[in-house]
Amino acid sequence: MAKEKKTLNLNFGPQHPAAHGVLRLILQLDGEVVEKADPHIGLLHRGTEKLIESKTYIQAVPYFDRLDYVAPMNQEHAFALAIEKILKIEVPSRAKYIRVIFCEIGRILSHILNVTTQAMDVGALTPTLWGFEEREKLMGFYERVSGSRLHANYFRAGGVHKDLPVGLDSDIDEFCEKFPKIIDDLETLLTDNRIFKQRNVDIGIVSKQDALDYSFSGVMLRGSGVAWDLRRSQPYDCYDDLEFKIPIGKNGDCYDRYLCRIEEMRESVKIIKQCLQNIPKGPVKTEDGKISPPPKKELKQSMEALIHHFKLFTEGYRVEKDEIYTAVEAPKGEFGVYLISDGSSKPYKCKIRAPGFTHLQAMDYLIKGHMLADVPAVLGSMDIVFGEVDR
Amino acid sequence: MKNLPDLEKFINSELTSKVNNSFIKHDNIYINIDHDELIDVISFLKINKETKFRQLIEITAVDYPENENRFKMVYLLLSHEYNQRIIIDYSIKENDVIASLTSIFPAANWMEREVFDMYGLNFKNHPDLRRILTDYGFEGHPLRKDFPLTGHNEVRYSEEQKKVIYEPVKLEQNYRNFDYESPWEGTKYIKEIKKS
Repeated sequence: MAKEKKTLNLNFGPQHPAAHGVLRLILQLDGEVVEKADPHIGLLHRGTEKLIESKTYIQAVPYFDRLDYVAPMNQEHAFALAIEKILKIEVPSRAKYIRVIFCEIGRILSHILNVTTQAMDVGALTPTLWGFEEREKLMGFYERVSGSRLHANYFRAGGVHKDLPVGLDSDIDEFCEKFPKIIDDLETLLTDNRIFKQRNVDIGIVSKQDALDYSFSGVMLRGSGVAWDLRRSQPYDCYDDLEFKIPIGKNGDCYDRYLCRIEEMRESVKIIKQCLQNIPKGPVKTEDGKISPPPKKELKQSMEALIHHFKLFTEGYRVEKDEIYTAVEAPKGEFGVYLISDGSSKPYKCKIRAPGFTHLQAMDYLIKGHMLADVPAVLGSMDIVFGEVDR
Repeated sequence: MKNLPDLEKFINSELTSKVNNSFIKHDNIYINIDHDELIDVISFLKINKETKFRQLIEITAVDYPENENRFKMVYLLLSHEYNQRIIIDYSIKENDVIASLTSIFPAANWMEREVFDMYGLNFKNHPDLRRILTDYGFEGHPLRKDFPLTGHNEVRYSEEQKKVIYEPVKLEQNYRNFDYESPWEGTKYIKEIKKS
């Protein structure tokens, strides 16, 4: 007699702590084995791309903070680079270094969050508590340089908004001295931990070919053994002058991705140190008054400065007609901006290429045949943040 | 192929009439193709040993309401081996059906769903063409230029009905869109006066 097969539909999320935000995952289960996963996204959709079309280029920057909100400045970077390339703006060297320092701080912020919450998803609580203490310090740096802990709005086309405040560089340097010790501590809790390995090793394996076909980028790609990092292969700002390694994985499972992230944090610390050593003095944004606002003190003396200031904050600067795609290596992968300008001061179209979107798409492929309990582990290792997936 | 001008020549000579127009800008190759040739061009670029554009980065559309062919479809590909990017585009009308890339790149699935959702363009042979980012039961296509920025409906929790309800958007203040262009260079109203 043929046995009748029964599958169970399970609704995972949207209000589930392991869903890393508002993911609604509809799982088809055969016993405890997942047969199909259908992610429903868009619960955090805010229409960022539509909104950017109706804002000037300066006003559009804060929307980028709100995409991947654990590493805000990395996103602003892609947008700033796109405008700079169209307008052919020379960015002062000091600004480049400052931007790289804060991009790497963003990378550490994001990786701490991911590594520790991934650990929490599989049952380890302590790393989160330790990691968040460090994130707090890093967000302190964000606050000191931009005035806000999360939504920085700090990068501009042509540089950054303001120079580093006095003493910040030595404080970041001090952090860089102490932080590798914290990574070591986290590793003692996780890397050789039996439970952590049982939950992650050989779970969610991605082969090289599939990683390419599913448009993976960042750690998801490197974890599968593809040596590809935009900081190295298509360097932007001052990444060309810096020395750093690109860790890659072997097996492409959740554990390898965890190891990659840990190593990337160490490399980020090295990058920040090098930047702090080599950072030149000088201006932090382009001196072209048509693009960056004049210093406050000139406003009362110089007619030209006043006009520039007024035009910049009403009309904004215009960007000539062009079409461009720029990408940066954000902590989660390739974050790109496809910008179409039409000669006015507002973008005609701004498509945001979020790495998380393509990663989450592969959920069904990754989880098929795994147990229900592996869903949080795989989801955790993909490093999903819904701000950028839903846009 | 290592350098961009060679690659451009190669693509033009191999695909000949399939490529309408190509140029190099911002270290990328831009090519314009015919609507019907999409699958051929993409699979050639993916498989050929000299191009190896093996990763699909993004699919998106652009809306130009004043054009006869209203939408421009854009495909971005990346080649890891040669470290190059290519941007492929073509124009289509609103009701044209687009060939789906899901058989070549599985990653195209959600990207095409997004274009369907945001622009209302239809794909042929797509395994699962549903809305993706907007709400369940949403109407309209938000990224079309004629879709209002404020949308049509808003939601709120109704204390009387004890559930979330949909209502037409009511704004306390109209959405304001100032024309900041310099009057010397011609704001809209000046341009209109000049025309008439």
